[in-house]
Amino acid sequence: MKYAFYPGCVARGACPELYVATLEVCKLLEIDLDHEAMKGASCTGSGVLQEKNQKLGDTLNARNFALTERSNLPLMTICSTCQGVMSQARKRMLDDPKYLAEINSELAEEGLEFTGQAEPRHLLWIILEDYGIEKFKSKLVKSLNGLKLAPFYGCYLVRPSDALGFKDNLEREDSLERIIEAVNAEVVDFKGKTLCCGFPILTINEKNSMKMVAKHTTDAKDLGADAMVTPCPLCHLNLDGFQSKAGKSIGSQINLPIIHLPQLLGLALGIEPEKLRLNKHIVSTKVLLSELALQP
Amino acid sequence: MNVNLKVKRFDPADSTRDSWWQEYNIDIHQDSTVLDALIHVREYEDTSLALRCACRASICGSCGMKVNGSAKLVCKTRIAGVAPNGEQIIVEPMGNQPVIKDLVVSLDTFFNQVKRVEPYMQPDYVPESGEYIASNESMENLLTAMNCIMCGCCVSDCTVLEVDDNFIGPAALAKAWRFVDDPRDAKKQDRLKDLNYEDGGIWDCTRCMQCVEVCPKGVNPMERIMELRDQAIKVGFRNTNGARHAEAVYGDVGHSGWLDELRLPIKTFGIFNFKELIKLIPIGIKSQLVGKRPPIFHKSIPGVQNIRKIFERYSK
Repeated sequence: MKYAFYPGCVARGACPELYVATLEVCKLLEIDLDHEAMKGASCTGSGVLQEKNQKLGDTLNARNFALTERSNLPLMTICSTCQGVMSQARKRMLDDPKYLAEINSELAEEGLEFTGQAEPRHLLWIILEDYGIEKFKSKLVKSLNGLKLAPFYGCYLVRPSDALGFKDNLEREDSLERIIEAVNAEVVDFKGKTLCCGFPILTINEKNSMKMVAKHTTDAKDLGADAMVTPCPLCHLNLDGFQSKAGKSIGSQINLPIIHLPQLLGLALGIEPEKLRLNKHIVSTKVLLSELALQP
Repeated sequence: MNVNLKVKRFDPADSTRDSWWQEYNIDIHQDSTVLDALIHVREYEDTSLALRCACRASICGSCGMKVNGSAKLVCKTRIAGVAPNGEQIIVEPMGNQPVIKDLVVSLDTFFNQVKRVEPYMQPDYVPESGEYIASNESMENLLTAMNCIMCGCCVSDCTVLEVDDNFIGPAALAKAWRFVDDPRDAKKQDRLKDLNYEDGGIWDCTRCMQCVEVCPKGVNPMERIMELRDQAIKVGFRNTNGARHAEAVYGDVGHSGWLDELRLPIKTFGIFNFKELIKLIPIGIKSQLVGKRPPIFHKSIPGVQNIRKIFERYSK
């Protein structure tokens, strides 16, 4: 299994622990990540650039897809936001051949073309759809039995569902719960799991952003969650980085560890927590890890 | 077919309880909608159940409710679609709007939001005769927003309204865009200025796409909000964190091919906005201490000149 690896900006910027954990997990699962294919790939625009110029954003994503197609490899993301922005751009282009042709004309100078074949997929989906949940389970060496985990998807991995191919891939709807169950942990189901973490308005309306962080983390904790797991590094930045600030705004200490999806996979695969950079979080994971050490 | 409905009830005249759940088991034709099932309950099982509906053809916008957690027009929602294997169907009143009784919410919240955007054409001329004429081409773009039937589904599931009832909201902002982009309207500049600087305006949207997902008429309110942002920047309203953030992301990607997360918040707040910049210090220190700081030296991606050329062509 080999993929053109597109880590996105945040895994190479403010969440290096996600990048390292992904490499560790993929190495162990023998998922071959090709780092060369997407070497010249740009940011997706993260939905923000699209506020200024959507067609420019779509052109950048078409260019990234064209680079993937040149490598002849399937495309892997590890960021809900990258996944969503790419999927939306792809749908707009595939729905309108004239629009796609206009965009391809922008890529011609570089000798690139997006034919429509490249399709971005998150590691979360790849584990379920390509690797297979049973094969994944056969690789697990550490039971996370007793651990209660709240899923938190990130908006862009669940909406709009038509661009994300939910209709043809029904298992994507509860993909994160499937992974939590696969590692023998208990799913803490809560309403906030598919809602907004508040990150996109962090620097615009911090008060609202903090209310969202406080609500989701306290709701999950009140339902008994030991930690929250997310496939989105942007959600992680807000839910982890700003949790103490959000807690202060409601006069409480929340202390809910937020772990990246690959870190959860890695723990169940028996990879040492330090190798997964679980010590590189703002909300400490120490209590969580000491609880895990008690498990057989 | 047999249908199991779990309905959230509320009766303002009942002071003994807040709200409660009630289950109904009914037998109904397999092609029925959730509205058919609710009407069946009201007619044959429990005449006290309150619900609002009229056209039964997804035109009037009266029957917005939450089905299994997300807002839908129940006349457009088939039982077989939401409970293909006979699963229980959970019906609640819409969110973010006060409940009057059972499944009926007050529309005051919705229409107060719409009134905030002055939802009527304000031209600066009177035609010599007849109507205010606009070309077909100039109006085609507005069709998405004009499809709105004011059902309130987008308001129900808006994640911003859940934490801030001052947000103008997706339906009203889509309506605002409908007039901003109408060639006959003379208030474009004023409208954009208000929506740009007002508390609860266009920059408070989180882009969570709940409104896009639940809108039964393809209005895509969030896309309309993005167009308002684009227009506001284009006409020169740039003195907001939102506008600066969009410009900063544009600038970063156009220059280096990817985001410079270390400097992005500084550019968003403005380099001389010391009051806001000071607030970044605690998170900066925490990130540094755990080794999560983005790189100090932001390197461009390989072959960045290709990205720059694309940006140059688009900026012409």
